[in-house]
Amino acid sequence: MESGALTLQYLLSGITKGSIYGVVAIGFNLIYSATGVLNLAQGEFVMLGGMLAVTLAYYTPLPVAIVGAVLLVAMIGCLLEWSLFRRLPRHSVLQLIVVTIGVSIVIQEAALHIWDEKVRSLPYFTGNEVSSVRIMGAVISPQVLWVLGTITVAVAALHVFLKYTLTGRAMRACSANPEAAMLAGINIRNIRTLSFGLSAGLGALAGCVISPITMTHYEMGGGLAIKGFAAAILGGLGNPIGAVLGGLLVGVLEAGSVRYLPAAYNDVTAFAILLLVLFVRPHGLFGRPTGEAVREH
Amino acid sequence: MKTRTIPLVSSFLSCTLLLGPTGLSAADSKPIKIGALFSITGPASFLGAPEEKTSRMFVEKLNASGGIGGRKVELIVRDTGGNPEKAVSFARQLIEEHQVCGIIGPSTSGETMQIKGLCEENKTVLVSCDSSEVIVNPVARYVFKSPQKDSQAILWIFKTARGKGIKRFAVLSSNDGFGSAGKKQVEELAKTEGMEILVNEVYDKAATDLTDILTKVKSKAGVQAVVNWSIVPAQSILAKNMRQIGLDIPLFQSHGFGNPRYVKEAGSAAEGILFPAGRLLVVDELPDGHPQKALLAAYKKEYESRYKEDASTFGGHAYDAILVLTEALKKAGSTEPEKLRAALENLRNVPGTAGIFNFSPTDHTGLDMSAFEMLTVKNGKFTIYKP
Repeated sequence: MESGALTLQYLLSGITKGSIYGVVAIGFNLIYSATGVLNLAQGEFVMLGGMLAVTLAYYTPLPVAIVGAVLLVAMIGCLLEWSLFRRLPRHSVLQLIVVTIGVSIVIQEAALHIWDEKVRSLPYFTGNEVSSVRIMGAVISPQVLWVLGTITVAVAALHVFLKYTLTGRAMRACSANPEAAMLAGINIRNIRTLSFGLSAGLGALAGCVISPITMTHYEMGGGLAIKGFAAAILGGLGNPIGAVLGGLLVGVLEAGSVRYLPAAYNDVTAFAILLLVLFVRPHGLFGRPTGEAVREH
Repeated sequence: MKTRTIPLVSSFLSCTLLLGPTGLSAADSKPIKIGALFSITGPASFLGAPEEKTSRMFVEKLNASGGIGGRKVELIVRDTGGNPEKAVSFARQLIEEHQVCGIIGPSTSGETMQIKGLCEENKTVLVSCDSSEVIVNPVARYVFKSPQKDSQAILWIFKTARGKGIKRFAVLSSNDGFGSAGKKQVEELAKTEGMEILVNEVYDKAATDLTDILTKVKSKAGVQAVVNWSIVPAQSILAKNMRQIGLDIPLFQSHGFGNPRYVKEAGSAAEGILFPAGRLLVVDELPDGHPQKALLAAYKKEYESRYKEDASTFGGHAYDAILVLTEALKKAGSTEPEKLRAALENLRNVPGTAGIFNFSPTDHTGLDMSAFEMLTVKNGKFTIYKP
């Protein structure tokens, strides 16, 4: 391969990975923005989405299966908030984070018992395992375009929701100042439940679109959560577009590192750069210093 | 619950110790206890789960046909989750509390190496279901294993490659125990077999996409084939990515590819993948007189009709482990450790799923190169590779 095409191929490979991290990071972000909780079970929502969609796809057409999986996981998200987080009296954020770790372990074990230890995947939305789209001598799987498309739609929809709907505005108000929001008559508890449901649904959607690329199994959540978290931090917690760009950047850094260093170092490179960025900009590349960007929409 | 079982167990233990029922006569109605350690859950569950199912099936059938010398066999299974620490504590429990006469498993090399010494000390026969050479080399008196050796798999790959005129490889492996053990062996054997490794890369076992590493392989001039040492899902992701970026050179996978499910996961990208494996996956192609054919066909049919999933070579390793252990028990006519060990070491011509077992004091694997066959994927099915 000639040098230009080669560079492009590494770039596209980075975008493939980065789009996966980015799509996971969006869900991370929303819960954080609305409640201040880092939901470490976000990766489990992604896994559940993929698992449920694969199961539903046995009985229904693929689009129905995906919509069904997203709705189911969104309900699970609401239920978790309603049954656990709402019941903790005067909780600290740290307590909530510890609870999310517990939740992630429970979901993982439950998935192991409901399904099994095997690896599954949804079919490619267009084409199949070997098809690829050619761009100036380099290639990319059509499924990556689906992931990027999903990201675009999700970010745009979130933007419209948070900025132009009453509920969305209420969510931003809760994030900016819970006491004031409460005094203004916003039911802050319901808003929190909604944000959990929404994040879970977004996670499930991510789990569906990445399933053909990464495949789905009960243990996948942890690894994805770490990368998604890194992406969200790099982009700036609380900023959905930042999360996506952060994800893409982590992916591209990893792929670029493979070009010049042994592949075993790609995480080291990506995280070293993440640390450097955080030294200079502790609130991430695109985040506001307070990290609560939802209200700035 | 606890308060009730403890006295029961201890009174049972004292009985066993006092009376010492080591003979295998029908008059002795106490079951023969065999322990089993499998990683039924966790990262190695693709091995442990079919192993557990197979061993339960085997023991049920054995007991239905009268057990061993009139005594039933009791299989005590523990799930290690692939965790060596758990393997150690469960092994202790099996040996000290349950007084098993032998242990089958564990599923992985890391766990096996952790309990190797323990079994040796306590004179408990261990038949591991992992393929790593270190388990039986150097030989430990009480430690055996049922799968073919890693090195034999690699020698098969090099042999096939030589036939295709291939000498220069890209070696890719995952950063787990299986991947790094394979990588080390490939590196060593490449030297003695006159093969050249041009690209040697390790990737994260949870990698979501491997296009970047394959781009590196593609940009390196002279690479004639890829050897990949990892387990699912990475081994399927790699196959897909190779075809997506149009890297049209042969792909050799490890014997860890031996489950028809992985072919389904990789879809059309699996076509043409080459890998060494036992004959379970191609039983229909074996000639009628083949010594393993009847056994393989029976195991496959029984497993698939009972568990509604494809039989894999991994379940076969547990089948072989418990097979050689029970054969040795029959031969020894006793559960006395030294007698059992000697009987196992002297088993000859026992057909199993992996091959024909011929143990000896220096060979605790009992299988030679002929236990492997080079397989390929054609129209979504495993078939014997014909050059």
